[in-house]
Amino acid sequence: MNELILDIDDLSVIYKTDLETVKAVNGINLKIGKGKTLGLVGETGAGKTTTALSILKLLPENTGKVTSGNVKFEGTNLLEMNEHEIREIRGGQIAMVFQDPMTSLNPVMTVGDQIAEAIIMHNEGLSKGEIEKRIDEKLTMVGILPSRKTEYPHQFSGGMKQRVVIAMALACEPKLLIADEPTTALDVTIQAQVLMMIKELRNRLGTSMLMITHDLGVVAKICDDVAVMYAGEIVEAGTVHDIFLGEDHHPYTEGLFGSIPNLSSRTKRLNSIPGLMPDPTNLPEGCIFAPRCKYCMDICIRVHPNTVFDETHSLKCHLFDGKLRRDKQEGKSEKQ
Amino acid sequence: MKNNKSTPLIETIGLRKLFKLNGGARLHAVDGINLKIYPGETVGVVGESGCGKSTLGRTILRLIEPTSGQILYNGSDITKISAGKMREMRKDLQIIFQDPYSSIDPRKSVIDIIAEYMFIHKVYKNKIDTYNRAAELMDLVGLARRYSSSYAHELDGGRRQRIGIARALSLNPKFIVCDEPVSALDVSIQAQILNLLMDLEEELGLTYMFVTHNLSVVKHISTKIMVMYLGKCVEMASSDELFQNPMHPYTKALLKAIPEPDISKRDEEFALIKGEVSSPINVKPGCRFAKRCDFCFDRCIQEDPNLTEVSYEHFVSCFLVEKNKVEK
Repeated sequence: MNELILDIDDLSVIYKTDLETVKAVNGINLKIGKGKTLGLVGETGAGKTTTALSILKLLPENTGKVTSGNVKFEGTNLLEMNEHEIREIRGGQIAMVFQDPMTSLNPVMTVGDQIAEAIIMHNEGLSKGEIEKRIDEKLTMVGILPSRKTEYPHQFSGGMKQRVVIAMALACEPKLLIADEPTTALDVTIQAQVLMMIKELRNRLGTSMLMITHDLGVVAKICDDVAVMYAGEIVEAGTVHDIFLGEDHHPYTEGLFGSIPNLSSRTKRLNSIPGLMPDPTNLPEGCIFAPRCKYCMDICIRVHPNTVFDETHSLKCHLFDGKLRRDKQEGKSEKQ
Repeated sequence: MKNNKSTPLIETIGLRKLFKLNGGARLHAVDGINLKIYPGETVGVVGESGCGKSTLGRTILRLIEPTSGQILYNGSDITKISAGKMREMRKDLQIIFQDPYSSIDPRKSVIDIIAEYMFIHKVYKNKIDTYNRAAELMDLVGLARRYSSSYAHELDGGRRQRIGIARALSLNPKFIVCDEPVSALDVSIQAQILNLLMDLEEELGLTYMFVTHNLSVVKHISTKIMVMYLGKCVEMASSDELFQNPMHPYTKALLKAIPEPDISKRDEEFALIKGEVSSPINVKPGCRFAKRCDFCFDRCIQEDPNLTEVSYEHFVSCFLVEKNKVEK
């Protein structure tokens, strides 16, 4: 594997309140190669956003806590940095795009000023003219007329706002961009525009990316690698080929694919996954997916499965213990 | 496709809803929709946010009063009938709302929410029968009876949506408007609810109008699909026909914009539609889509295209299609 830009090793995060302890992320490993895009897929509450926030040390101070693990960015552990050091990284080397463009912009500042803020923060001593020039450059890059920089966020539509947010994130040419559901709040045609733009910019600037999404369609379009997250664990990871074309899958991944209504074929019923995600304050002792799994065996309820590897592909399921071929052939028809 | 040419269960004729804004401007939310929904059909209404699809759903139930046009239920006009009669009608015509978090009273228990409509309409003479029926409805939609005294905040989105469905079913309706019933839910839960809606359709012989922005969902559940753009119907056809043979440039673009979970199409460019939906306020004559359309020509900005039947039960509102037809 080529050089890594981000290497997360055994990261665990808890949210602790007086009443309960929520195990949001439980010992995950994630690696992003230079210039690659990793898609982190999972449903609400799987811990995707928590993972992203802990990379940038943005967890809520009073409740969120990293209990173990390292997050190495180009070899340095981000988690050991102090507030001053991490501020240099945030927005400079690692930038983040949040899900909701409506709430991530300041309503009382012009968009130009908001982009300038990021540029000034990380480039002291730029002249006013140079800053203006950069703002224009960034806005043009995301397809907004530079003359609109004096406008306020409410004068922009949802798709345009998300473009502004992306322009802000890319203002300092970060090495890694974390995009947390960047297109979920947008209409399909606008989503397509924004995705194409992200893809094009990424290829041009060579930015690495962590793309958090619940939409497997988005993953298929722009990611190189995929990690499937469920109840705070990575249950399956691999290249897009492993996940979309490979034969062996974690039953949860299988269920996810079965749950999406297919555009090209018509099925009578969707193969939904019964039940709900386990309560993160009270995770099952064995496999976290066991209560919903149709292949659940005795061992699944008792023993927590280990990750098994096959070159680029990794799985966390007892069905694949010691081998990556499954003996049972049932349920192979999860996708065409 | 069902070709039962009896009376449509619901029919709208030139249905319009204009919202008056400050300063006399008018917002054309629903602008002349003719739609026939036959018993047993599921009609999907798709479009982007702001195209008027939810307003259409609500106007059909007279939750929003139409500005002009008619709504026929079983052949009789329900636009002019009194509020009292309309209330009677509502037993047959129900709606499932988008957001299971805000459409349910937070201070009522699950069983009371489901029983509420039956009390209002005095379906049963006594409380016991009503609650028994409510409990049956819980079984029907797959809600465990142990939740009957829970409150909405204790339940997750999927279960809340099941309450919404049970409530809509409580009066044995014939027709249900489903207004984005799964868009607030996760995919695995979404699949559960879609399966449930389809099972109920079969079991109870329901007719749905399914309003959504998600084309794959609409394809999965509908027999007929109507594509809306800025208050107008741009294309209407049976589900299979629409996906195999889309004619209107907007429908084509919409279908191409969906990212499919299939990596063989990875390097295919999305066919992008330029720009964004224009304002529905004081619209000028001409095709609503003209500004974003790649094939726009003079006539498109001068006059309104009409909905024409290009092939059996396939209606398109585009001059291009008309033109091609003549040339052929």
